[in-house]
Amino acid sequence: MADTEKWKAINKSRDKRPKLQEYKNWKELSPIPISLPIDGSIGITGDWRTFRPIINEGCNKCGICWMYCPEAVISKKEDGSFEINYLYCKGCGICAKECPTKNIEMKREDDLKND
Amino acid sequence: MIKSKQKDFIQKKETKIIKGNEAAAFAAKSARVQVISAYPITPQTTVVEKLSEFVDNGLMPGTQYILVESEHSVMACVIGASIAGTRTFTATSGQGIFYMHEMLHWAAGTRLPIVVAIASRGPAPPWNIWADFTDVTSQRDTGWMMSFCSAHQEIFDDILMSYKICEDSDVLLPKFVAYGGFVLSHTSKPVIIEDQDAVDAYLPPLPDEKGWPHIFIDPDRPMMHGNLIMPSGFYAEFRLKIHDAMIKAKSKITSAAREFDRVFGRNYGNGLIQEYKMDDADVGVVIYGDLALQMEEAVNQVREEGYKVGMVKLRYFRPFPTEDIVNASKKVKILGVIDRATAFGSQTGGPISGEVKSALHNIKGAPEILPIIAGLGGREVSLEQQKEQLKILIKINESGELPKDLIHGTLWHGKLEVK
Repeated sequence: MADTEKWKAINKSRDKRPKLQEYKNWKELSPIPISLPIDGSIGITGDWRTFRPIINEGCNKCGICWMYCPEAVISKKEDGSFEINYLYCKGCGICAKECPTKNIEMKREDDLKND
Repeated sequence: MIKSKQKDFIQKKETKIIKGNEAAAFAAKSARVQVISAYPITPQTTVVEKLSEFVDNGLMPGTQYILVESEHSVMACVIGASIAGTRTFTATSGQGIFYMHEMLHWAAGTRLPIVVAIASRGPAPPWNIWADFTDVTSQRDTGWMMSFCSAHQEIFDDILMSYKICEDSDVLLPKFVAYGGFVLSHTSKPVIIEDQDAVDAYLPPLPDEKGWPHIFIDPDRPMMHGNLIMPSGFYAEFRLKIHDAMIKAKSKITSAAREFDRVFGRNYGNGLIQEYKMDDADVGVVIYGDLALQMEEAVNQVREEGYKVGMVKLRYFRPFPTEDIVNASKKVKILGVIDRATAFGSQTGGPISGEVKSALHNIKGAPEILPIIAGLGGREVSLEQQKEQLKILIKINESGELPKDLIHGTLWHGKLEVK
């Protein structure tokens, strides 16, 4: 699976996460816990997905899916078309709902695996 | 932008005859608070009304005054403003605090030095808007510091001291400054408004663009706070840090009070408690809020009759001055603890009396405690009644006999009875 390579890449990038402090004891902690931005800080949320959005041919590159995606997993490619990062896409379906040309199809993950 | 404008106004030292609520508003002005969020509630309303007057008349240049739709939003609003790195202020009372309650935990958990004036009132039902500290004491475990004021001048002074204590980098906790509704909030007394330069020198500087050291809003340094922490995470450790900061705040409270005495010449003891004629006393009382002011006079008058009585004015409920209470208590044989608040179903029925009792647990030479509850819901506690309370304690000391009308071990003084 191509995803495996991405898993490895993600785990590598996690090691590079900036560490504010190493935990020694409670006294050395900062007053409050804070989180710094990083891809997938709580894991591969794409695992939660039941339906996978698939961009079919006929996309007019309007970018509405890219704007509406609540997880910011849709990115613009060099040729102006869009791709979805399935590692973090939770399959909410907002992109499919908003797509004005109805070119995004929601497919059940189980069906895709059987193919 | 706010900060440069904030330098523009000047307040000369003057004595004004003002209401307690106005004293709170003047204190916020003197502290150069940068963001005020407001929602009216009796008896606090005139605090934020006075502040809106200041802002409208250009006396607080650059201060953001934000009117919102509820107390919950008031607290959310000042939390946001404080996270952005500003000195914030608001005021509320009774039901307003209860509505804020969820956000109070957020403010303390985020370690924000927010100061809130509380014109205390009795919780409903039955509907009540008069002095009763149950509204504040029932917020005991939120992680907020809480102090009681017994005079108009003390409201002004304590709010100034609060910013010094709360913004200390070892403390970083929010604080309530409570005073009795109507009895202080709506009565007039002379209050010294201090010279602005002296206040500026006393208080820490306003936070700069970088904000507080532990939290800030900066697009170049994005961070997130308040998200999920798993049971295996550091939840317990951060809770422990709040407790630790609260205990450490005691020494900061003392140093803030001592410095205040040096700079402005008004003594608040060690900041946590003030003893009055306790050194040679046989019996004493622990009392807080506005009742403490009148109790001084009651102590004087009972002393004129030849009895050695004293009192301890409790200034702080959180952090609780355990050591100070223990040391002061040991001086007397009988100690009355007078609550103008309730803690239903607790050992004594009063929040402070239960706390004092637990502080004296296993202490050698600790006095016998008589919990007293008086003045609930703003009921008047007259000078005569306070003298009577002292004489009940004297009688216990002389005869060893407890009063016959104790209810579950507590003296509910001043109940209505048909004779």
